[in-house]
Amino acid sequence: MPSMAGSDRARRGNETASTPERVLRFGRVPRLVHRTTGWLMALCLGTAACLYFGPLAELVGRRLLVVSVHEISGILLPLPVLLGLLSPEFRAELTRLNRFAKYDGEWLRLALRRRPGRPAGKFNAGQKLYASWIAGAVPVMLFTGLLMWFGGLLPWIPRSSAIFVHDWLALAIAAVVVGHIRMAYRDPLARQGMRTGYVRKDWAREEHPHWIDPD
Amino acid sequence: MRENEGKPIGRRVVLSMLGLGAAGIAAAPVLQGGWQKLLDADPVGVTGLLPNSGGFRYFSVTASVPVKNETNYRLTVDGLVARPRTFTLADLAALPQHRVVHDVQCTDGWKVENAAFTGVPLSALLDAVGVQQEGRAIRFTCFDGLYTESLTLEQARRPDVLAALKLQDQPLSHERGGPVRLYVAPMYFYKSAKWLSGITVTDRVQPGYWEDYGYAVDGWL
Repeated sequence: MPSMAGSDRARRGNETASTPERVLRFGRVPRLVHRTTGWLMALCLGTAACLYFGPLAELVGRRLLVVSVHEISGILLPLPVLLGLLSPEFRAELTRLNRFAKYDGEWLRLALRRRPGRPAGKFNAGQKLYASWIAGAVPVMLFTGLLMWFGGLLPWIPRSSAIFVHDWLALAIAAVVVGHIRMAYRDPLARQGMRTGYVRKDWAREEHPHWIDPD
Repeated sequence: MRENEGKPIGRRVVLSMLGLGAAGIAAAPVLQGGWQKLLDADPVGVTGLLPNSGGFRYFSVTASVPVKNETNYRLTVDGLVARPRTFTLADLAALPQHRVVHDVQCTDGWKVENAAFTGVPLSALLDAVGVQQEGRAIRFTCFDGLYTESLTLEQARRPDVLAALKLQDQPLSHERGGPVRLYVAPMYFYKSAKWLSGITVTDRVQPGYWEDYGYAVDGWL
């Protein structure tokens, strides 16, 4: 029945053009953790900029309020991830971020040479490195921040040393987070995955082949 | 290879960052010294935006601060004194000036080496109005409308405590607390209230703005 096969093909072709096939990438918990962490990080970095850069400080003033928002958002920053640990789905994502497969090394080599078509699992090697770097940096910021906040907490650590690490690491975090946002800005389809939970299958096949077609 | 197999590089990166943080804290005094040397050698000043770049930083506890100049600036000295008086900027400039060179040190970690403040020693102002027998301390108020500071009378009479009109021999700018700020050289910089507008002699120390939030009342360096 050639007519039916033809219409079938036509319908399928139509479908791919209007509503491409989608696949679930992130469930509710990882998206919620990402969103709340993102907002807390924005508050933390925004207030830090107002405390740190002269022109912004002159514009905003209100030092006590800005310091309080900075302290509270900083304290809360690890909380979404810690609560996320209660969810098996979120823990599975962390496992994926933790483990580096052979193709991750290949991905990094190609990324350094700016070559396209890099193989990746659900997360590419860059995302894995970003996630683990920031996961290590935030506790250091929290620790040095608490030392600045409560001066006499550990008297054998000079306050100036805590400030030194806090200031420089803050600068590094700002640079890395800006890089993270830039990557997201350049890939609307990836952003869609974090916003709605679903991504286009053809995008996933292109960017994350080892996730969509394991082995 | 499945996605949950392979080397746990993520965990190693996390642990390395924690280790690096600890090492940073341990090595901070040495690194800070090296950084200071680098700053001194930086003729272009590109490092100005980086931490501890050697300049003053701007702190204000209010949303905005009125700008005052020679026409509308007034410094009131009152409280337990024989002759309460209001000084204009010209009055203050006409009094004998004293220059104090000292390192400025903020509790937030930044430092300005060899800052030169010039102004009227507080002791001269106090002598001009005559402190009464019961006077024990000073309360300072500011024209930002909120900030306050305190000193004991003994601290206030030190020769390195000024009502400062100049910084590095230039008139004190608004951002640095001008036209007149307090300068208490031997103490942390929060004691050196910006935008000074009132000196009141009191019978006891009344803690200032940050001191109500846990800062030491005596902010000795």
